[in-house]
Amino acid sequence: MLSTIIPGLTSLARRGLAGWLIILGAALVTLVIVMTAISPWIAPYNPGEINVGQPLMSPNSQYLFGTNDLGQDVYSRVLSGGGIMLQVSILSVIVCLAAGVPLGLFSSYAGGIIDRVFCLVMDSIYAFPGLVLAIAIAAMIGRGVINMSLSIAVVYIPSYFRVIRSQVLSIKEMPYVEAANAVGARSRTILLRYILPNIVPSIVVIATVNFADAILTAAGLTFIGLGVPVSIPDWGYDLTNGRRLLTSGAWWVITFPGLMIIFLALGFTLMGEGLSELLNPRLEQ
Amino acid sequence: MIFILLTLVFVVIRVLPGDPVLLHFEKAENPAAMEEMRQRLGLDKPLWIQYFDYVAALFRGDLGKSMQDYSSVTQQIFSAFPATLELAIFSMIIAVSVGVFLGVEASKAYNKPQDHAIRIFAIVTYAIPVFFLGMILQMSLGLGLHWLPVGQRISPMTQPPLGLAVGGFHFATGLYTIDSLLEGNMYKFVEALRYLVLPSLTLGLVLCGVFIRLTRSNMFETLRLDFVTAARARGLKESKVTYSYALRNAFLPVLTMMGLQFAALLGGAILTETTFSWPGLGRYIVDRINFRDYIAIQGAVVVFGIFVSVVSLTVDLLYAYLDPRIRL
Repeated sequence: MLSTIIPGLTSLARRGLAGWLIILGAALVTLVIVMTAISPWIAPYNPGEINVGQPLMSPNSQYLFGTNDLGQDVYSRVLSGGGIMLQVSILSVIVCLAAGVPLGLFSSYAGGIIDRVFCLVMDSIYAFPGLVLAIAIAAMIGRGVINMSLSIAVVYIPSYFRVIRSQVLSIKEMPYVEAANAVGARSRTILLRYILPNIVPSIVVIATVNFADAILTAAGLTFIGLGVPVSIPDWGYDLTNGRRLLTSGAWWVITFPGLMIIFLALGFTLMGEGLSELLNPRLEQ
Repeated sequence: MIFILLTLVFVVIRVLPGDPVLLHFEKAENPAAMEEMRQRLGLDKPLWIQYFDYVAALFRGDLGKSMQDYSSVTQQIFSAFPATLELAIFSMIIAVSVGVFLGVEASKAYNKPQDHAIRIFAIVTYAIPVFFLGMILQMSLGLGLHWLPVGQRISPMTQPPLGLAVGGFHFATGLYTIDSLLEGNMYKFVEALRYLVLPSLTLGLVLCGVFIRLTRSNMFETLRLDFVTAARARGLKESKVTYSYALRNAFLPVLTMMGLQFAALLGGAILTETTFSWPGLGRYIVDRINFRDYIAIQGAVVVFGIFVSVVSLTVDLLYAYLDPRIRL
């Protein structure tokens, strides 16, 4: 595996800034995922256990990031607190892909009234303040990883739809598609075998950027109390919880989980930035 | 467009969950009370009649009655709205001025370290949760240095500004900065500004990244156009060339972006208001969620949607005014 990764990395690095952005972003994301995955073995304390130390101890050699109001070890909680956020963001991106891509393909290829109706609905959702909509949906369908992912996904499906639709519309006019039509290829074949492969780069870019959005939205939902009811540690929950402790000067309770969310979102943003420059220069505009 | 939006909200809040009343009570323990609420709120009628009632009431400016105490949701939203508007205006001012300034600086130093630093800053603003930035500012500038207050719109010791009151005539906007000026009370004006700084700085900084990128790429092109070179050749000062010649041309996309970003700003406002106990529409929604007051949530969401539509319409009109080509 290493033998394929290293040449890949060097060729990426040769692509200049965009390549480095991808490498840096991917490294951040991988780091966070690996850290979360192996946290049970590397966390010095059980992250859920209360009173492993005195409550609200500032960072010291024994408790690297200090302890929170329940005397839980913040360092252990930071190591293992990415699980929910990762699950929610992955699930919501999958839902977006599963709904947005076929809808975009179908609507733009069908054209006519179907396309108009889809566009109108998608544009309305798109124009709406995303977080407000996610909050409304999450408030209605209740808490939980799946519900949270769904409420986030609904907000971002229109972004996929729009990008894919505009791409298909321009590709549809290309001579090779016309040729396929002329030789009598079926619509399904044209859509899936001739058009879809050409829009994969855009899909990759938008999904990567969407990861960062999904993470921030998930953190936001958790912050206003619509997150997953947690027994397992979660950065979003710890941030929310730490808000009450600000007046006591316990900066360490919020700072470290907050930084982790930034790292994760930053990783995806950097990757998206690099990928869009590399794969799809036009999207930059 | 607004119509689809209203329908969307109706579907999400009234139709999808099945029965909002049941959700409100959580358990079906008290059927009589549930039936009473359904009747009082008109939720016992068939869905399509409910939908019709809801749209008709909206045209009358009626957003329904709260599920908590049957008080008017319209009134509650009306009193919370100015706080959100004030926060939104100041945040947008900060986002645009910081964003445009940094964007111009970056475009001048294209591909130099300064440019890279500004780009990195812009990327980081994309990745930072707005409430985290808010808490950091609260900790540092507020609780740490005691420079600025960290919550509410005005000190509990101060009366909210009254606005303009002449004889029996009374006029107040609900925007504390403007009302205090109308009242002629400088102390309250400074006070209101001081309370505004941290929340609007938080929201403004999170949004400025988009404006940095936009200004940077636009200015990069504009600064290389002939008329800019001509202005330089005539010996005008560099600052005048960039800010009053080039920027004027690069500003139209920024205006468009202001309209587009407004939706994001309102989303961020919910989190900012929660962080800073800012008594606006966002706090109202969060508050109502805790009471499972779905009619009030529906009302607030509708108002958010209409607000965004009105702003984007205004931007379009402004755009046509500023750019004569659009009118042709």
